[in-house]
Amino acid sequence: MTAREQEFLEYVQSGGQVETHDWMPDEYRQRLIKFIEMHGNSELMGVLPEREWILRAPTLQRKLALTAKVQDEVGHAQLIYRVVEDLGKPREQCLADLVSGKSKFHNVFHYPTYTWGDVGVIAWLVDAAAIISQKALLKCSYAPYARIMKKICWEESFHILHGRDVILTLVNGTGTQRELVQEALDRWWTPLMHFHGNPIEATDDPMVVWRIKSQANEEARQQFLEGYVPQIWELGLTVPDPKLRRSDEGVWEYTEPDWDELRAVVTGHGPKTAERLDFRRLNLEETAWVRNAVLAEAA
Amino acid sequence: MIWEVFRQERKGQPFQHAGSVAAPEAEFARAYAHEQYGRRGESAALWVVARDAILDVEDFVDELGRNYHRVDGYSLKEKLKEARERAGTAVDR
Repeated sequence: MTAREQEFLEYVQSGGQVETHDWMPDEYRQRLIKFIEMHGNSELMGVLPEREWILRAPTLQRKLALTAKVQDEVGHAQLIYRVVEDLGKPREQCLADLVSGKSKFHNVFHYPTYTWGDVGVIAWLVDAAAIISQKALLKCSYAPYARIMKKICWEESFHILHGRDVILTLVNGTGTQRELVQEALDRWWTPLMHFHGNPIEATDDPMVVWRIKSQANEEARQQFLEGYVPQIWELGLTVPDPKLRRSDEGVWEYTEPDWDELRAVVTGHGPKTAERLDFRRLNLEETAWVRNAVLAEAA
Repeated sequence: MIWEVFRQERKGQPFQHAGSVAAPEAEFARAYAHEQYGRRGESAALWVVARDAILDVEDFVDELGRNYHRVDGYSLKEKLKEARERAGTAVDR
């Protein structure tokens, strides 16, 4: 590492923030691009499981709320890809790498949805897990990313209310509705435990070292368990992990998730990976004329 | 073309940088900014500015350490104390 890079590293580690046109080490730029692009991909892919339920939403109110949420998340993707573009990777390239399977998106968006219970669990608990990561990004050393995260966190805060409202309505309903929630929770628990990544030490995690992320993976997972397991239990639901308990020191103990499954899923081998990427590819082709028309108009 | 968006949360408050949008011309930039930063009534007004039109000024160096044009250049406490003592107006606080 050169003296200049060392100085930069110390600057970000002491809480310094970086703007688009500031000098930055190439490694920092590349890590930012990869991480932020993956976040953008996840917003864009994350709407697909929910989109499947717009036509099947149980009430008009739910249909409108779900549609609005999908719009919000596509909007997040636009803002996030903008940040990536300023770092040097064009949006068209991000989209091409996404549909070709070259770049990644979040593990939870590789799984199928079977019932309205899945929609509730995604909107409540997947969003809850996401908010924990995203709130930590408000302190990201790259300031343009931290700034748009303010708007994103603000919108996520009512998405999570929407999810909780769906769950509460179901658990207050018939026995069958309650079962839908329990079954969905059983399906989503493993992906939720995978969500924050394997428990790599903060000092070994380059994302934390460069202060792109401000918390270690296990810290985020503990925060999720601490915040949400009691909320799940108070509804009379069962978390499908017999080892799950809070120790006297306040640390959550759990069955070690299968990290190989996480690795397989995020490298493109999830149950819905191929289908959802196909849909995204088709969608990209079908909307190409819009982009061409808009850009030709300006030229 | 890139447009920077500045958002005013309530009337009378400063406009703060919120993010940017990519748009081929002003009309699209206005629509995108409106949709991204104002559709829930979270903004009282937006400034949408072509990035090329922004002058970046960052060269703020103070080689001579001039403090006579800043408040931290004036420490009056000790002098005021002495002046009060001389005038016999010092009070125990």
